[in-house]
Amino acid sequence: MGRRREADPMSTTMDTESTYSGYSHYSGHSKKAHRQGSRDRHKSPRSKDGSRSEKSVTIQTPPAEPLLGNDTSRTEEGQDDNWGETTTAITGTSEHSISQEDIARISKDLEDSVGLDCKRYLGLTVAAVLGLLVFLTPIAFILLPQILWRDDLEPCGTVCEGLFISVAFKLLILLIGTWALFFRQPKADIPRVFVFRALLLVLIFLFVFSYWLFYGVRILDSKDTNYQGIVQYAVSLVDALLFIHYLAIVLLELRQLQPMFTVKVVRSTDGESRYYSLGHLSIQRAALVVLENYYRDFPVYNPALLTASKSRAAKHMAGLKVYNVDGPGNNASGQSRAMIAAAARRRDSSHNELYYEEADHERRVKKRRARLVVAVEEAFTHIKRLQAEEQQKAPGEMMDSREAAQAIFPSMARALQKYLRTTRQQQYHSMESILQHLSFCITNNMTPKAFLERYLSPGPTLQYDRDRWFSKQWTLVSEEAVTSGLQDGIVFVLKCLDFSLVANVKKIPFIKLSEEFIDPKSHKFVLRLQSETSV
Amino acid sequence: MSYVPGQPVTAVVQRIEIHKLRQGDNLILGFSIGGGIDQDPTQNPFSEDKTDKGIYVTRVTEGGPAEIAGLQIGDKIMQVNGWDMTMVTHDQARKRLTKRNEEVVRLLVTRQSLQKAVQQTMMS
Repeated sequence: MGRRREADPMSTTMDTESTYSGYSHYSGHSKKAHRQGSRDRHKSPRSKDGSRSEKSVTIQTPPAEPLLGNDTSRTEEGQDDNWGETTTAITGTSEHSISQEDIARISKDLEDSVGLDCKRYLGLTVAAVLGLLVFLTPIAFILLPQILWRDDLEPCGTVCEGLFISVAFKLLILLIGTWALFFRQPKADIPRVFVFRALLLVLIFLFVFSYWLFYGVRILDSKDTNYQGIVQYAVSLVDALLFIHYLAIVLLELRQLQPMFTVKVVRSTDGESRYYSLGHLSIQRAALVVLENYYRDFPVYNPALLTASKSRAAKHMAGLKVYNVDGPGNNASGQSRAMIAAAARRRDSSHNELYYEEADHERRVKKRRARLVVAVEEAFTHIKRLQAEEQQKAPGEMMDSREAAQAIFPSMARALQKYLRTTRQQQYHSMESILQHLSFCITNNMTPKAFLERYLSPGPTLQYDRDRWFSKQWTLVSEEAVTSGLQDGIVFVLKCLDFSLVANVKKIPFIKLSEEFIDPKSHKFVLRLQSETSV
Repeated sequence: MSYVPGQPVTAVVQRIEIHKLRQGDNLILGFSIGGGIDQDPTQNPFSEDKTDKGIYVTRVTEGGPAEIAGLQIGDKIMQVNGWDMTMVTHDQARKRLTKRNEEVVRLLVTRQSLQKAVQQTMMS
């Protein structure tokens, strides 16, 4: 089979040679190119979507009409996309256009600022109003009779006044408990309402409403004179509120503490995986837990490390072209299957390349790392901390930690920069951040190794500047409703713009533990021999 | 050659008569034994069944009386001069083979190839 490199209309690599060869095969294959060109027009929007976060080049095959002047060209002039475009290359980012990523980001920002804040604040205000109402209700129960029909009331004896004290203290305990449990900064925006919280609010509302109803009908209307009874009624309300508070603790906090499920979280771009233990949570809360741990446990997402495998795969498939010998059938799936089979059977040495490339890269990284470590160690020897007495003696040369950092930085800057370039981390560390870290280490008496710990291996996302995170807006994708509880086998995906985290839930198995008693005196041993005697 | 408790042991055996050689003050037979009911049967390289605690021939010295008589390495010794060797300790086996007043020992030994030879002749 010859190795003619014709323009492959579906390729998304920067295959610049193919444009010229496409032109040269123009006249001979006009009809075929025309058909392929029209197919391309419908499929090109999709191919643009497919290459979201890589800067890729989409090349459209030249349509036959403009050069040959067919009749069909006039009917298709209505379509603006490709008219008159022959071999135009559409790049991911250019001076005057916005890339797909930016458009997606802008639309998401618009969504954020308007809709979701309202929802969050609405929930908070409802809860706050209800809480205030509930807190003031017992006080109102006690005070209203005094205000409205003071003269008819029976005098309040010792028992009654004792009840005042108990109401006061119970309200104080309730207040402290509510403050401890509920007055917290909301740390996340979740898509659906918290089922348990909503249930509790409804329960409290119904409860207080029914108490007010009873109070209104039986006490206010009839102007009951038994003040002690009224005060006891208020005390019973406070007791019941304390019990509801207990219920809230159990439902919201205690129930999910016992681990029941293990979640395996895998990052889609590079396969980093972690396991977490969770209790009985709803899917959205489980997603929150996963995300909180993601920022701490997963090494930061570095798009610079991902480009190698795709180019390798493209090189492997390049140069294969399907020729249809049996007739004009356009069997696309058959063609692609044939291509896959041919590529699999093909004997190429891309594995060899990968092996040597990786070995080479590792060697280079190790060399640069050795140079870096030596440079930093040497730089740190130039600085000495001044003790308090010595500080009076030599006032002239004293520097604070920032100046000391600036003084020793140039000697290690080059080695550090080369190392960061080799491990593709250079965009995560600006010179200012390095200087800050250096002065921080000097202040805290850290060794060169402690200073270097941040640069030698990629740390978790929290360690870096917020602008470099690539992952601030998350979407939860799940087949089950997000407020339903976790079950064995549930899979949900947390998507952000550049990558996604796939979470797989498994139940912790039921463990049967039994006991066995071994008497310490029963540990006895014999020698096992195999002796050989000659006779 | 496997031992089923309660059943008599059946095996195809070969009679080997060894005339002891006098070497100074000792009478030697020219082979080494291993095994016994007080030993670890799993370390026996010659036995087919690793729970077999019988006495096995582990070495045969070249040119010695045992080799001349036809004893081979890996043979299991079933009887010595009429005394059973399938259920003895290692020391008892040694004693039975090295009695000072006997100049000839008559052994009954068995090995795998004997069993196979008999089976082949029976089938053909």
